[in-house]
Amino acid sequence: MSINLEQVGRIARLANIEISPAEAAQTSEVLNGILGLIEQLQSIDTAGIEPMAHAQEVFQRLREDCVTERDQRAAFQAVAPETEAGLYLVPRVIE
Amino acid sequence: MTWEIVIGLETHAQLRTNSKIFSGASIAFGATPNVQACAVDLALPGVLPVLNKAAVECAIRFGLAIGAEIAPRSVFARKNYFYPDLPKGYQISQFELPVVKGGELTILVATGKPGTQAYEKTVHLTRAHLEEDAGKSLHEDFHGKTGIDLNRAGTPLLEIVTEPDMCSAAEAVAYAKALHALVRWVGICDGNMQEGSFRCDANVSVRRPGEPLGTRREIKNLNSFRFLQQAIEYEVKWQIETLEDGGSIHQATVLFDPATGQTRSMRSKEDAQDYRYFPDPDLLPLEIAPTWIASVKTAMPELPGEMRARFERDYGLSAYDAVALTASREIAQYFEDCLAAAGKANSKTCANWIMGDLAARLNKDGREIGEAPVSATQLAGLVLRIADNTISNKLGKDVFDALWNGEGSNADAVIEAKGLKQITDSGAIEKLIDEVLAANPKSVEEFRAGKEKAFNALVGQAMKATKGKANPQQVNELLRKKLTG
Repeated sequence: MSINLEQVGRIARLANIEISPAEAAQTSEVLNGILGLIEQLQSIDTAGIEPMAHAQEVFQRLREDCVTERDQRAAFQAVAPETEAGLYLVPRVIE
Repeated sequence: MTWEIVIGLETHAQLRTNSKIFSGASIAFGATPNVQACAVDLALPGVLPVLNKAAVECAIRFGLAIGAEIAPRSVFARKNYFYPDLPKGYQISQFELPVVKGGELTILVATGKPGTQAYEKTVHLTRAHLEEDAGKSLHEDFHGKTGIDLNRAGTPLLEIVTEPDMCSAAEAVAYAKALHALVRWVGICDGNMQEGSFRCDANVSVRRPGEPLGTRREIKNLNSFRFLQQAIEYEVKWQIETLEDGGSIHQATVLFDPATGQTRSMRSKEDAQDYRYFPDPDLLPLEIAPTWIASVKTAMPELPGEMRARFERDYGLSAYDAVALTASREIAQYFEDCLAAAGKANSKTCANWIMGDLAARLNKDGREIGEAPVSATQLAGLVLRIADNTISNKLGKDVFDALWNGEGSNADAVIEAKGLKQITDSGAIEKLIDEVLAANPKSVEEFRAGKEKAFNALVGQAMKATKGKANPQQVNELLRKKLTG
């Protein structure tokens, strides 16, 4: 399996990354290298083996349902580029 | 040629926890913007999610309520997309291994046509999974910018997905209402639709009978039963017209505009998102041990379906009555309290009062049954006085009004104070009838000439003379005896 320039462009778009044609060519080469490794892995017979969701065979620890966080808005908003009326402002989103 | 409509629903129910699904921030509604958005919710570097036990317990409760399989091991996944109200750039959800699999919900569908019976239908559920909500974008103009409130980010949701089992807007609404009642019944969601605690997406397609499924369009974010109905009806009509005009349907996400009653395309499949789901490495698989499920099970209330069957079996109620009385736990409790005092023999009368006068008054005053000024015991007292002929059903309504307005502590006190006791002494009634006959010779003559209508007029006069306090049936009998005897 290999990845062409068009597919690289699509992945970049989904990831909101801007890449130049030169970068796209280079990226496709790097990605194809990685896919080569994956291909090697895929030659292993995994029939009947349950897919792993995590590297460790342990389960999620759960938290009691208590409110433990206090309001730190002032501290968080001090490092935000722009705020108003308690809101974080971002470039206009048009649907 | 007819068309077959195919509908599946996806519902987001906000879970009734204190804190968020992966952080210790509060989820209380209506807080000042961003005061309940902590470092985890803001996706600041280095933070990690920790799963809320209560959210998992809500999922278990729901799974048990619909007879589903609760996965002993389920996995959280990242659903990737970019939007400013999703700070991480992905939503933590579940994809391949959801916490709840399968299950079903039985619904009662009103046909909406007079003289036709409501019918039962079983809707199959595909799955229900845990996920986090996103924040809110405020598109009012902030100097050409958009404002973001992240208080809602990380609020626990259960997304409940059905099979494409419904074939009309009425069925979809009946399912949504049954689901809404159920999540409140088992206490996992407050069901507040105005606040967005319960919202539906509808997948709609049409096809010719016997043909494979048509292309579906998904109507997003319907937050009232009325909108759900209107949106599906419009969408179905639009799809049928498009196909009959020789057009074709393209898979798309659409929005319903309540102002115009129309649906419009938001994005088509070509520019649809590719969410690139993958297991979230920040979270380990979720394990739910059988002992945990068993302990949740023992704390579950009697479910509406079980209660409905019991009402029909033990109290002889119709399916329709049983459904109405199990619309919420509060209504069911009121009915059972009423019966406890009035006795099983009066179950139908109690049911009628609760679904009739009580429901109408509550509706008029915009109150919930828990706030009813007439208690279940007071209503039972009234039902008993009607049952033993102390008052007529008609005067019962006056007593009910008096109790509603706080004019007496119980039915007996109101009947006594207002002198509403039914006259059962036939001697007294006969005396009144004689007076009525003497005063209405014309009607008497007409009746004797064979006009049945004249009889009714005389009954009316006699009832009026007794100020409604006589038993109409008794008046009827005595009057006929006098006229024909």
